[in-house]
Amino acid sequence: MKCRTCREPAVIDLPRHNANFCVEHFQQLCRRQVEKAIADHRMLGRDDRILVAVSGGKDSLAVWDLLLELGYRADGLYVSLGIGDYSEESGEHARRFAAERDLVLKVVDVRADHGFDVPTAARATGRVPCSACGLSKRHLFDRAAIEGGYDVVVTGHNLDDEAAVLFGNTLRWDVEYLRRQLPVLPATNGFPRKVKPLVRLSERETAAWCVVRGIDYLVEECPMAAGNKHLGYKDLLNRLEEESPGAKAAFYMGFLDRMSPLLVDSTAETATVPARCPSCGSPTGSDGPCAFCRLVERSKGREPVPVEFYTRGRR
Amino acid sequence: MKVLLRQPTREIEVQGRRRVHALLAELGLSREAHLVIRNGTLVPGDGELAADDVVEIRPVISGG
Repeated sequence: MKCRTCREPAVIDLPRHNANFCVEHFQQLCRRQVEKAIADHRMLGRDDRILVAVSGGKDSLAVWDLLLELGYRADGLYVSLGIGDYSEESGEHARRFAAERDLVLKVVDVRADHGFDVPTAARATGRVPCSACGLSKRHLFDRAAIEGGYDVVVTGHNLDDEAAVLFGNTLRWDVEYLRRQLPVLPATNGFPRKVKPLVRLSERETAAWCVVRGIDYLVEECPMAAGNKHLGYKDLLNRLEEESPGAKAAFYMGFLDRMSPLLVDSTAETATVPARCPSCGSPTGSDGPCAFCRLVERSKGREPVPVEFYTRGRR
Repeated sequence: MKVLLRQPTREIEVQGRRRVHALLAELGLSREAHLVIRNGTLVPGDGELAADDVVEIRPVISGG
């Protein structure tokens, strides 16, 4: 198996590109895909103050590394969610990555800073753990970006993530979610701009980027995510991809090119000024406290729920 | 060969040599959802693994 570009021995086969690549030209491909995503969707300006949402996993470390490779300056924010050993280990990977490259990594610890953790919050609010986790992360990343004077929050969502979310939204014909499923969410109403530079790279490609770059990321999956719907959709799409290479990219990129513009036109955003949360001051759609402050209020002072409460009985 | 699997982390022994694609198929693992790594280096689908190799099959799918 030879590299498509230089004919040297390849290290990775990419059926969707009908090609194989050596280490050097695989990296070139990844850089070009990210550059294209940034340019096509006008994600970042050269002078933007960038905050990368860092989990210690492959995607967030890959996107941070790629942005630096492409000449952007970016700080990181790690949110420790109190998910037992998993949070301890993911924090170590994030800190090590930043320290080795002399980068700024800010840290928010939900237990120390806000008095709750994700397993306890999920139980207290009756949310599934991934919902409590996502809500907390979105709020804390937005808040850190606004308070820190950042122009934009970068997340490591990749092609597989976006295709799986699109698949779920399409199954339910959830038009409002489909309308908002864009690689760039502009800054509005007190929320920072949010961008996803990895949308043209598959999950296998972001993991491979980390391997060839020697990035030591946390390989283990979050113990609370096992069995969630998102993973089920990814599995289905990967089976389709094996039968028909390029299917995931065609599904998602076709949506962005041909479906998304129709949705935006049909449901123009109304320019409303949101209320402010009386507790934290963040913008909110409701009159009372924001969803995050309600979650904190219901979780604080509760007996901590161990991760095992959710994982017991699994293999 | 020795094969390190993840989630959960475990090690299995596979007799004889294999191509990467054949090993993944034998173990019922998706090509799209895994990387095969030998001595810190990626091995492509048609790469041959020797009987005395130590390889890691790394899942790449995250649920977040």
